[in-house]
Order: sequence, then C-alpha cells, then structure tokens
Amino acid sequence: MAFQGELNLEATELRLGLPGTPAPAPAGVRKNNKRGLPELQDDPCEESTRPAKTQVVGWPPIRSYRKNCLQQRKTESESGGVYVKVSMDGVPYLRKIDLKLYKGYPQLLKDLEDMFKFKAGEYCEREGYSRSELVPAYEDKDGDWMLVGDVPWNMFVTSCKRLRIMKGSER
Amino acid sequence: MAYSFPEEVLEHVFSFLHSDRDRNAVSLVCKSWYEIDRWSRRRVFIGNCYAISPRAVIRRFPEVRSIKIKGKPHFADFNLVPDGWGGYVFPWITAMASSYPWLEEIHLKRMVVTNACLELIAKSFKNFRVLVLSTCEGFSTDGLASIAANCRNLRELDLRDSEVDDLSGHWLSHFPDSYTSLVSLNISCLGSEVSFSALERLVSRCPNLRSLSLNRAVPIDRIACLLRQAPQLVELGTGAYNAELRPDVFSSLSGAFSCLKELRSLSGFWDAVPAYIPAVYSVCSGITSLNLSYTTMQNPDLTKLVSQCPNLQQLWVLDYIEDCGLEAVAASCKDLRELRVFPSDPYEEDEFDIALTERGLVSVSEGCTNLQSVLYFCRQMSNAALISIAQNRPNLTRFRLCIIEPRSPDYLTLQPLDAGFGAIVEHCKGLRRLSLSGLLTDRVFEYIGTHAKKLEMLSVAFAGESDLGLHLVLSGCESLRKLEIRDCPFGDKALLANAEKLETMRSLWMSSCSVSFGACKLLCRRMPRLNVEVIDETSEVAESRPESFTVQKLYIYRSVAGPRLDMPDYVLSMGEESPDLIG
Repeated sequence: MAFQGELNLEATELRLGLPGTPAPAPAGVRKNNKRGLPELQDDPCEESTRPAKTQVVGWPPIRSYRKNCLQQRKTESESGGVYVKVSMDGVPYLRKIDLKLYKGYPQLLKDLEDMFKFKAGEYCEREGYSRSELVPAYEDKDGDWMLVGDVPWNMFVTSCKRLRIMKGSER
Repeated sequence: MAYSFPEEVLEHVFSFLHSDRDRNAVSLVCKSWYEIDRWSRRRVFIGNCYAISPRAVIRRFPEVRSIKIKGKPHFADFNLVPDGWGGYVFPWITAMASSYPWLEEIHLKRMVVTNACLELIAKSFKNFRVLVLSTCEGFSTDGLASIAANCRNLRELDLRDSEVDDLSGHWLSHFPDSYTSLVSLNISCLGSEVSFSALERLVSRCPNLRSLSLNRAVPIDRIACLLRQAPQLVELGTGAYNAELRPDVFSSLSGAFSCLKELRSLSGFWDAVPAYIPAVYSVCSGITSLNLSYTTMQNPDLTKLVSQCPNLQQLWVLDYIEDCGLEAVAASCKDLRELRVFPSDPYEEDEFDIALTERGLVSVSEGCTNLQSVLYFCRQMSNAALISIAQNRPNLTRFRLCIIEPRSPDYLTLQPLDAGFGAIVEHCKGLRRLSLSGLLTDRVFEYIGTHAKKLEMLSVAFAGESDLGLHLVLSGCESLRKLEIRDCPFGDKALLANAEKLETMRSLWMSSCSVSFGACKLLCRRMPRLNVEVIDETSEVAESRPESFTVQKLYIYRSVAGPRLDMPDYVLSMGEESPDLIG
C-alpha cells in the first residue's frame, strides 16, 4: 500500500476524541488527510463509473408472480438499514451487510472475518493492518478508499458506500 | 372376417390405458376401436386452445368428464406476450355447458378466465369437482364466490400462481355450512385476508381435506388451530411465518405439527423467522416435497432445515441455499429427484451477493443418484461442470439452466458453453426438456440435433450464430414438440427449409430474431394447417409493411380450426382467409 508518507498532520490538527484514543479524523477532513489508496482511485472497474445496465424484457426468465414477491421483499427489508456490499479479492461473490446492526468496529471486523474466513489482525492508526495479508478497506462518500477504522464509527456508518477486503500485497 | 371382442370388453381393456398417447394410438387401429375409444374417453388434454375448436372436441368425445386446456405460449410467463393476446376460455365453457352436463374437472393453464366463466361453471355442471387455474387471469374473488356457493360436490380449488382481482376475502364464506367435501384448497396467490373463522369452520367440517395452501395474510399464530382441525393433511402451505418469538405460540405450533403424521409436502413460509422453524422439525423425516422459494430464510437455518429431510424428493429453494447448502443436500437427501434453485436478487448487476455457483449443482449431481429434473439459476458456469453433471446424471429428463447474464462464456476458459451442453444431450439420452443459456455458437445446436432424440421442449435465448443453428434443431430433433426462441440470429432460410417439421410440433415461438414478413406469408401459403401469427406492436398499418420487414414476434402452431377470430389488432394472421386486417 502506498501511503502518503509520514506527514503527521495529526500533530497540528484539532482532535475531537479523548486523549489516548486512536486519532479520529475531524469532521470536514480534507482529502490530503486520508491515507489515500491511489491505485484504487483510478480503478476503471469502479461501479460508479459503469453505465447502468438496461434491463432486458423477460430476462432472466422469472414468472411475474415470483418477481413481485422479490420486489416486495426487497423494499420491505431494505427500509431502515444501511446496506453496503462487501467484496473480497479473489472471491467470486460478495455479501451485503447492514451496518446498523453493528455497534462498533470490533463486532464488524469479527463478522467480516467469519464471513470470509480470514484474519484481519490488529488495526493501528499509523500502519493500518500491517501485520495481515488481507486488509479491510472501504469507499467513502467522496469516492476515496480508506482503511476500516480510520474514522469514528458513526462517521464510518454514514459515509461508507462499500467495503472491500484487499490483498495486502497491493501495499 | 376376424371375430372381435364385444365392445364392453374392449372398453374395459381400454380403461387401463391412462396416457393420451396410448388412447390415441388405440383409436387409429380400426373404425370400431376409434368409436369405442371416443365414447369411452373421459379425459381430454388440449395443449393449445387454438389447435381445435370446442365443437370439434365435443363432437369426437361426447362423454368427457375431465378437460385440461392450455392457452398462451410459455413465454407469456415472462411478459413477452402483450395483454389481450387471447387464450379466452369462455367459448370452451359455453360449448361444454350445453354438451357436458356431467363434467367434473376443469384444468386451465395460462388462460383468461372471467367471472362470467366461473358463474357459468358453477351453474352448469352439477357434479363439478375440480377447478385448477394455473397462471390464469381475468377473474376476481366475486367469481370464486360463485364457485364456493354453488358447487356442492367441489373437491379441489387450486388457484396456483393466478392473477386474481382480489376484492376481499369474503368469498370464502360463501361455502355453505352443508358443504363438507373439500379435499384440496390452494389460495396462496391471494393477497387479501380471508375470514379466519370461516376458514377454520371450513377446515373443521371437511374431514377429507388433504391439501391446504394458505395465503400470506394468514398469520403464524393462527396456523396451529387450523392444523389441529386437520391432522390428516398431506400438503401444507403456511401463510406468513413471521412474528416476534413467543414461547406459547411456538409450543402450540410445534405441538400441532407433531400431530401431522401424514404430512409429505411443505411450502409457504413467507418472511420466515428462523426462530419458528424448529416447530416443523417433527415432520421433516416424512417430508418429500419442500418449496422454500418464497422465503427469506438464509443459511445456516435454511440448510439446517433441508438437511433434516432425508426422504426429500422435490426441493424448490432460493439461492440463499448457496453451494454449502447444496453440498449438505447432496449428503442428506439421497432420494432427491427434482431441484429448482431460483435467484433471490436477479437484477443485481454483475457483482453478486450469494455464494451459489456451479459447484452446488455439481455436488447435487454427484450425491443424488435419482436426480431427474433441474432448474438452476446461477451466475457462472463452466464446460467442465456441465460435463461432470452430464456424466454423473445420465438419467436427467429435464435440464434448465439459466446463467443470469446473457451470453456468459465458460468463466474458466472464456470459451462458449457448447461442449458442456453437448455433453448433457449426449449422456442424458432420455432428456425431454432443455433450456439453454450462456455463450453458445451453432455448434451446440449440432450436438442437440445429433443427440437429443427424445427432446420435446427446447428453450433458447441469446444463442447461435446463423440459420444453421435453427436448421440443425428442426431437422435433427425427432421428438420436438415445443420450441421457443428469443434474441437469436435465426431467419427465413431455416424456417422455410423445415416447414413440414412445424406441423409435427405443437408450436414455435420466435421473438427478436431475423424472420421476415415475406417468409411468414410464404410459410403460411405452403402450410395450410399452420397458423402463422405475427405480433407487432408498432402502430404501422399492416399492408404498408414490406416483405423484408423483420417481425418482432412470431407464433406458429398447428391447427385444424383455421386462423382464430379473437386476435387483437397487434396480431396478424398470415392466413389467406384471415379477416380484413384493418377493418
């Protein structure tokens, strides 16, 4: 992972958290305070840049009755939750999780580890998940990729668009 | 002249023949056998309501007790047939009302049934017993009220997957208190709540009730008292299966289920809450059919439930079961004969949420030696997997694979899936039904034409490269009865070269292909007993269409009734005697 070097902007930034807690990024943080995962920002496969697919009539071949049941269920279940997709490099499927169901990072990470059968290791503010092969990252509202744990939990829940467990070798 | 058996003896012998094919064969032997058969035929199956007129059926078979009629083409299920196309059953009901006073059973599929039809049925057939409306439409709950109120001997009312104008649940209360003969009731497609007390009274006074499929509106806490009134149930479709877990409701439900010693089939479970699922565990060992395709249940609860059914023969489920669940099925459900896996989120773009791949199907094909029928929606497939499946299960009779993204290649090699499907038709010599998907060239049709000699129904989408593909199928598949094609580059040549073949089939559907208007007219002229119908929803007037105009949708079917007279304005019959197209 190419970090932007040890700028140590924390020394001069206002901190909103209690002393001793991992430095939260203040609200309204600028782009240059993010760890920045540059190789992802130009990723041509980003979902947001792909044109929306037009649905083909009558495909896939599912009866209207069944389709209506699915639609109904989808709208029912997705009201109120914060659903984000979680993918892991090398795995041919992804999951959807409701961030509202978690109380904090430890619970979330444990669940991700169970879901995808990996170990993320310890998070530390400086080096992220330096001791593990697989690293949980997320894309925020600005389209930037951050490490899971970089921002306070509540900010994470509102700004996280999707999660990706990346291979550490991309460091 | 040979001495023959007396008619009564022959009739008795014929009564042991149950298949229509056998009865039809018998009727061709000689004139007297034809006559004996026609007077003693009690069941008639009309695969296409436009292939013959009601009068002609009644003339030939005057003593029918049970009739099954199908209307719209299969692709109507996927919204490819516009509204108002046809399939009206009313002319059949009116003809039968006067000629079949002793009619007992009517089974309809993909037909338009109005309240007037239902009222006529209720009034005309004194011994009416069975009404099955499968994927029908056009009637409301008022029509059901007529049936309930008047059919004293009704045994079976099954509305499976029909679209009913659901005005209220009040119709159920029209069954009189003296009515006790209900054996089977399927109202799972209805939205509104039926009066629960009416339902309960109905269930309690019908001792022969074997099959009960409730609708979603019946809440979970009411099921137990229904079940207690009907411990003889063989098939049960629950209503909504969700609520906050209450120990009293749970134990009541659990107790009720444990009394269902005859239960073989379970369905329903809308919005199932995992906490209530263990209430059904006591019946699992006897269950042979499980339809969980409307439930939101996921793993591990879903797999846990299914693995407890060692005698399962039929499983319909959503892709929530995932590969791991199907592996468990392969290990626990050794008598599985039919598997259907539907997509829970079919419109998800190319990234997908569910760990269901080709591996699940391969596992089941390895572990379930009696597997004959497969319907499988997934997002990736490989030739290797298909070859494995074919080699494992040469006894497959129905194989329908839907890879959700059209034209998806083998995800491992990026090759077309010709070889995989080729293996299926080569190994599964008894294959009767096949649906293709994925990236396919003309090659796959070569395999199908060469090997699929027992194939009766083929569905093709986004496949092939040229007319050769269609030609190979039409010229090679000897048993082909129904062919439905969409979005394939098939055109005039193959169709015209195989015109005679089309009369040996029930029907051919082609949409978004390359067939010209001129070819349709030519085909119709050459084959007078084919109805060639062009569906065109553009507003252009028919006569201004040039010969080269590519038709949107084409439906060709054999008929002895000539072109039909109830076509909407967007359907053009290519027959010469067809009425003035504008007027």
